[in-house]
Amino acid sequence: MLTDRLAPVFEEPACATNRAKTDAQKRAGCKAKGPTPGAAAGGCAFDGAKISLQPIVDAAHIVHGPIACEGNNWDNRHSASSGSDLYRRGLTTDLTELDVIHGGEKKLWKAIRQAVEKFDPPAVFVYQTCVPSLTGDDIHAVCAAAAERHGRPVIPVEAPGFVGTKNAGNRLAGQTLLDHVIGTGEPETTTPTDICLIAEFNIVGDLWQVKPLFDALGIRLLSPITGDARYHEVTYAHRAKASMVVCSQAMVNVGRGLQERWGIPYFEGSFNGVRATSEALRTFARLLVEQGADADLIDRAEALIAEKEAEVQRQMEPYRATLEGKKVLLYTGGNKAWSIVQTLQDMGMEVIGTSVRKSTDHGKARAKDLLHEDKKLFGAIPAGEMFRMLKDGEADIMLSGGRSQFVALNARRPWLDTNQERHHAYAGYEGFINLAKRMSLTLNAPIWEQVHSPAPWEEGYTA
Amino acid sequence: MSPKTTPSRVEASRKALTIDPLKVSPPLGAALALLSVDRGMPLFHGSVGCTAFALVLLVRHFREAIPLQTTALGEIETILGGTDNLESAIRTIATKSKPSVLGVCPTALTDTRSEDMAADLRLISERLGEDLGDTLLVHVQAPDFIGGLQEGWAAAVTGIIDVVARPRPRRADHLTVLTGAHLTAADLDDLRDTIEAFDLTCTLLPDLSGSLDGHVPDNWRPVSLGGTSRAELEALGEASAVLAIGEHMRAPAELLGARTSLPVTVLETLTGLKGCDRLIAFLSEMSGRSAPPKLRRDRSRLLDALIDSHFAAVGQRVAIAAEPDLLRAMVTIATDLGCQVPVAVTTTRAPGLETLPVDRLIVGDLDDLETATLEAGGCDLVIGPSPAIRAAKALHAPLVRVGFPQVDRVGSQHDLFAGYRGTRQMAFAIANAITESHAEHHLRPPHPMSPEMPHTSEVRHDSDAPVAAG
Repeated sequence: MLTDRLAPVFEEPACATNRAKTDAQKRAGCKAKGPTPGAAAGGCAFDGAKISLQPIVDAAHIVHGPIACEGNNWDNRHSASSGSDLYRRGLTTDLTELDVIHGGEKKLWKAIRQAVEKFDPPAVFVYQTCVPSLTGDDIHAVCAAAAERHGRPVIPVEAPGFVGTKNAGNRLAGQTLLDHVIGTGEPETTTPTDICLIAEFNIVGDLWQVKPLFDALGIRLLSPITGDARYHEVTYAHRAKASMVVCSQAMVNVGRGLQERWGIPYFEGSFNGVRATSEALRTFARLLVEQGADADLIDRAEALIAEKEAEVQRQMEPYRATLEGKKVLLYTGGNKAWSIVQTLQDMGMEVIGTSVRKSTDHGKARAKDLLHEDKKLFGAIPAGEMFRMLKDGEADIMLSGGRSQFVALNARRPWLDTNQERHHAYAGYEGFINLAKRMSLTLNAPIWEQVHSPAPWEEGYTA
Repeated sequence: MSPKTTPSRVEASRKALTIDPLKVSPPLGAALALLSVDRGMPLFHGSVGCTAFALVLLVRHFREAIPLQTTALGEIETILGGTDNLESAIRTIATKSKPSVLGVCPTALTDTRSEDMAADLRLISERLGEDLGDTLLVHVQAPDFIGGLQEGWAAAVTGIIDVVARPRPRRADHLTVLTGAHLTAADLDDLRDTIEAFDLTCTLLPDLSGSLDGHVPDNWRPVSLGGTSRAELEALGEASAVLAIGEHMRAPAELLGARTSLPVTVLETLTGLKGCDRLIAFLSEMSGRSAPPKLRRDRSRLLDALIDSHFAAVGQRVAIAAEPDLLRAMVTIATDLGCQVPVAVTTTRAPGLETLPVDRLIVGDLDDLETATLEAGGCDLVIGPSPAIRAAKALHAPLVRVGFPQVDRVGSQHDLFAGYRGTRQMAFAIANAITESHAEHHLRPPHPMSPEMPHTSEVRHDSDAPVAAG
């Protein structure tokens, strides 16, 4: 049954990777090559599903599994909330051997009841994991019964870790929203400028750097999927007039689902950097006008873009001298490598290489256009090689996710976190300036001179 | 110990829903022990997520590279068996990263399948032959379902001993020390210094202070950056005695004693004057020397610290959340100072806990810490890992951070809790936290204890929230 559900999310017609494939490749599916035992990195499908849905801040998110699935994992993302923080609680059935022997369904049933009694959430998400999936706990049945008993949605998220990668989990989460959530509620009012943002998770408040732009244009963010979302906001995403898929690898199926079922046009875009942000605003304005919004929205969007871009130019001034000509090694797990390359180039920096591990073919082509050379596009770079590049000074700074940071730091080179564990928001115009500022601060930090200075017992030491 | 509070009985939380776990998984603890062996490499036999979650949490706590691999089981292997993946992973790691010790840890997934890993590993060893090179293959029996970090840690040490320990000629004035998971890198440095102050030498297993002490290496290595060396492992039996620190190290110590015929001493805790004194007495006996002046001075400083700290601490109520042996250490110093412990929460029912002088001892989660302490009338201080900040805030009490994980602090591996010096620092930490908190409260009327649960309030991500680190 799970395999039946899994196959369609990888036959995603809107997926750029899929579109570029031959028929034979398509038949082979996306899972032809699994991770290599002993040389694998990255999260599992459960991880992907949870990070996609957990930003729904007022829901209870219960992980049905042994302690490793939640005890090692809870509250480890920086998705921010403007209200409830229920989503940050670590809720789990913490399965034991006895639960494996006797089955965990009763425990799950009780756990849901306890969560409802203690937190009174508008909805409960229940995440299936490997062990109860293997022993055959029917979380769909438990969730259906619990939903009836407690008079609120209790949603099974069927994405146990072993079914695939984090990305598979993102998509299964998207499918869960389409199957169980979107279309089950109605907003009090609708406007001609209602939009939906898909796969924007409000990491350290990214969304809040972008939302004021929409507010200024009178565009209403009807449904955030799922950054800083309230459960009920997601239920009426089908009333949006246009949607944008921000991380296309993660949840493009939701954009397409909205289009197919409810005729809502969507586009794939990014808020990484000035050009991408302006492009996103333009596209939204155009789509909304096509859907019946006042035609002056387009002119107002252009005016706002002109104003903001000029402001960015002014605000960039203090950082230009530091950033100009600096060499960057970009090793992001994120899929929008091209948009970060573009951003860094706009800051006057030189990108000496970027990983395109998770990029779509379209994304790879854009990155190649920007860098002019194939050899600057990497798949996975061995850590030893990255270490050498940094140690030998081929790069002045590395931008990457938390796990690869020590390659740079142990080579005593500046590093900036551009993945989900970061502490600063880099979205939109404001985020562009933020990024320039953080890079300047790091590059100019006085520690680098100190950590490269010779020790008293080394050659070249001066008092 | 003086009868400060009534003896406890260990309660099990009867909730089906765990809320804000205190516990992390045993394989994570096993991985940490394996990373404290030079050129060590842990391998989790499970899905990629089992490894990814443990790895990310270890990175967030230590802020160091964490070599940790996975057999990457998919749904096919989950049904048909993961032996091929296990072999392929071991081959890849042994030939590419060439670890000195490769520790294979089962996960809940492989345990549920009841894979016969011991048999698998024997076969794989034979088949790999020379590909295995010098890599020592260790089977860690740390099932995900039983206990937490310290149980996994102890299981990894047991696994290592099982493979390497054998009778060797006795070596005078040398100790093989099995260190518990509750000790920090700073604790281990202090312990080694103390042993060496008696003109004794020692082998620490595991030796976290050699690998995850936060040093900058000259070269990139895909395996751990230090710790107990392979030569030391081969010579575990070459000592005059085995010393184990922490009750959870008793089983590996007894195995080592049985294999090597060395006498075994287990010291439950090195935090608190009495525990420190026992260590010094033991070392005096082993070395035939009396304590050197430096240690006598340290003891005198501790006495002064206890006197100075007790004014703030005596009669204060301290709620503690920690794994069993760390809990024992923290209950000891808190009650030694005259604090009461209305509530202590731990991860598993470990031997000896029932004698701890606490009012309630619950095997539970951080929500139990909060609700049980509220029921008991609140507290003045919380001691626990960084995620306990939520409970501490709800209880309007400061948090002294100990244990794992600490994701909102840098340098926690250099916090010292053990020995005369560590006990002194902990006494100061407790007294200062209480003093500072009371000083704040003097500025305004005291908070009424709110019966309301914190989730109902509007809380934003802010700098001192538990996730605010990466």
